[in-house]
Amino acid sequence: MYFININILCEKFHKVLAGKVLVFTLKSQIYPMPKNTAPVAYDSKIEGNVTFTKLDAAINWMRSNSLWPMPMGLACCGIELMATGASRFDISRFGMEVMRFSPRQSDVMIVAGTVTYKMALAVKRIYDQMAEPKWVIAMGACASSGGMYRSYAVLQGIDQLLPVDVYISGCPPRPEALLEGLMKLQKKIETEQSFVEQKKALLSEIS
Amino acid sequence: MKSHKPQSSQMNSTEAADDLRAKFDSGITSTINFRNEISIEIKLEQSFEILSYCKDNLGFDYLVDITAVDNMGKDPRYEVVYEIYSYQHGCHLRLKTGISESEREAISVVDLWPTANWHEREAYDMLGVTFKGHPDMRRILMWEGYPYYPLRKDFPLAGKASKMPDVAFSEPVPLDGGPFVTSPCSAPTDKREPRSREFLP
Repeated sequence: MYFININILCEKFHKVLAGKVLVFTLKSQIYPMPKNTAPVAYDSKIEGNVTFTKLDAAINWMRSNSLWPMPMGLACCGIELMATGASRFDISRFGMEVMRFSPRQSDVMIVAGTVTYKMALAVKRIYDQMAEPKWVIAMGACASSGGMYRSYAVLQGIDQLLPVDVYISGCPPRPEALLEGLMKLQKKIETEQSFVEQKKALLSEIS
Repeated sequence: MKSHKPQSSQMNSTEAADDLRAKFDSGITSTINFRNEISIEIKLEQSFEILSYCKDNLGFDYLVDITAVDNMGKDPRYEVVYEIYSYQHGCHLRLKTGISESEREAISVVDLWPTANWHEREAYDMLGVTFKGHPDMRRILMWEGYPYYPLRKDFPLAGKASKMPDVAFSEPVPLDGGPFVTSPCSAPTDKREPRSREFLP
């Protein structure tokens, strides 16, 4: 909801804001603005509902706090992944409880377990079906490096096929370790500059 | 065709082996008794007949496992092993039959025990021994199109590279001095932990 509003705001006041400063209403309403003025004027009606921020910061804030995982449970790490989703560890404290078994609706693929060569291209296909932006977590030793399986049948790390953002050590990792990894991913997302980069790409295309 | 009951509910593996020897003298090459486990080596041509007799007349109603062994350098190179068990008298029996490198074909027992279907597919997948009369002789663990048989002795531990477009690929793995093995000894734990053969004490 917020994301759509930001896009509208941004388009409408692009000249004024020039992508630097954004008025961001938490109540998902666009306050009607007079022409050619910055939407910063004091108004007691919206006081407390206005936050100044950069567009990228707002986008990152929204992305990192509603990461929908695609659970790719392939071995025993999948059990720890389930434990992380259950009540004791409660992944929903971080806005990640919405595990989607459809790649179309997921943001982060958690590759939990041993990736065999027979499964490898299926994992890749599911990753390819996920909509951008998307991230990958390699959970446990097997997904990170093949683990103890120096075997003819096991892919030696999912990073040979997918761009991995966070590696989690352990065999299998404790649920706390997975939560730590997800928080690391949140920190990483907060440093992204997707809008600035998009703008740069657009400008270089025009010039 | 329902089999008649075994001769005695108290039958043990030795008696079953004796019965088999009396009935199929020409089909049995040797009998080995190791710690009361009886292994009978049978000839390939008569293997179905002998296994069928075990099931129908000796009460071996449960096929525990079919597996195959690669004795590289010996003739016959492969050996197919049948582990059978009876729920009627609780006895085990192991039957082995040699498969030559040139033939590489055993006789399927799916008609006797339906569970043989997947066991035989696994033996085929891992060692490349086919089973005559099997209804569905495909790989079961590796993907269709994988060109090797990984449990053969001449297959390297690290695996081999292969490629099947849109299905799967494989690469040899880095062993880094492995495999890491333990050696039996009475040394303390830090000396016994798995290590490369190079550094074994």
